[in-house]
Amino acid sequence: MADFSAKFYANFIKDDRWLGLVTGLKVTIIVTIEALLLGVLIGFIIAIIRSYHDKTGKFKILNAVSRFYLTVIRGTPTMIQILIMYLVVFGSSSLDSIIIGGIAFGINSGAYVAEIIRSGIMSVPEGQTEAGRSLGLSYSQTMWLIIVPQAFKNVLPALVNEMIVLIKETAIIGYIGEQDLTKAAMIIQSRTFDAFMPLLAAAVIYLALVMLLTFFMNKLERRLRTNER
Amino acid sequence: MSDKLIEVKNLRKVFGENEVLTGITTDIKRGEVVVIIGPSGSGKSTFLRSLNLLETPTAGTILFEGVNITDPKTDIDLHRQKMGMVFQHFNLFPHKTILENITLAPVVLKKMTKEEAKKKAEELLERVGLLDKADAYPEQLSGGQKQRIAIVRSLAMDPDVMLFDEPTSALDPEMVGEVLELMKQLAHDGMTMAVVTHEMGFAKEVATRVVFMDEGQIKEQGKPEEFFEHPKDVRLKEFLSKIL
Repeated sequence: MADFSAKFYANFIKDDRWLGLVTGLKVTIIVTIEALLLGVLIGFIIAIIRSYHDKTGKFKILNAVSRFYLTVIRGTPTMIQILIMYLVVFGSSSLDSIIIGGIAFGINSGAYVAEIIRSGIMSVPEGQTEAGRSLGLSYSQTMWLIIVPQAFKNVLPALVNEMIVLIKETAIIGYIGEQDLTKAAMIIQSRTFDAFMPLLAAAVIYLALVMLLTFFMNKLERRLRTNER
Repeated sequence: MSDKLIEVKNLRKVFGENEVLTGITTDIKRGEVVVIIGPSGSGKSTFLRSLNLLETPTAGTILFEGVNITDPKTDIDLHRQKMGMVFQHFNLFPHKTILENITLAPVVLKKMTKEEAKKKAEELLERVGLLDKADAYPEQLSGGQKQRIAIVRSLAMDPDVMLFDEPTSALDPEMVGEVLELMKQLAHDGMTMAVVTHEMGFAKEVATRVVFMDEGQIKEQGKPEEFFEHPKDVRLKEFLSKIL
């Protein structure tokens, strides 16, 4: 026990080392939020383009670009993507790596979100579109008011899953010099030569983050469901 | 103004190799109740769905209130506002309340303010005896109630014609009556209607004209008495003998 408290002191209390974890957590959260917003935006646009193309045959070029994007992003490691973004695309730019990371993760997540949303749109019966259009609503009015709300409800669990993956995946942002939660734990380890304590602390914080997110999303899901039956 | 509300000229529809409509020419006059019958696969639903361009015709023209709606330059959304449609599977919006289902289109399309649409919806709900369901969701209703709401949803747009695509085919038998009753009332009030159905009783009683379709064509049409008592077409005779 005395050993434990000594270790705890050395890893977290001494030199205010816990502050590193707090700053790291902030970075993790900021990058996740950036990536989430960008990912949902990209995902949504791609999903609309693809669904519209599937239905009408229009948007041929945009659809081809979308498919290329999906293939490349889903077919290569996130790690490579983020390094390319940092060292090549923004290699000569002075842009903060927390922004570059957000962009890289956002572009990555967008590919997965796109397919999730597209499957949601496809899950809404064709009759819903026909009902909307037969009342005189335009394609986009029908999409926004009738299809997307139902699609969103159907894919919320899958979207939550993608958000969870995203939170944890940001752990590799340390490779482009950003001090997120994981990197902060490794920094403590490099000072104290104790790996267990800081890594355990980081793991517990990730777990808490994910559980918190899941809790709120379950609530949202229940609220959306009460509308029906 | 012409008394022809809808004029169909040489309408053809091809799905892949399959020619579903092989050239239909007919019209629907104001106040007419046209009941379309025929064996499954005869193209009757496709024909009805072509009238508001839910199916894009392969060839031919459709004039609605004198406007060629098959012309790609025509804003079909505008004309669809005047053509109500009722589906076999109701297609109510499950994420909206009954009241929202009815008021959505009139408000979004700026035909009415929110208050006007609500008032109109409540009047219509009162008329079909479902005012107490205004705040319910579609899932909480029976099939017959859903279909009556679907009809009300179309009526809220003040359409000039109502298209019914097998409106009672998905209903339990004991609920068919309430929907047909409402449709009868509409016909009685002078609504122009085109109805694809298997309900021969409805056709005999309410139709001003019955149309028999087979193999993508109109094989015979006429007033119900004549049509049912003295059918001429061989296929129609065969069809009637099977179902009557």
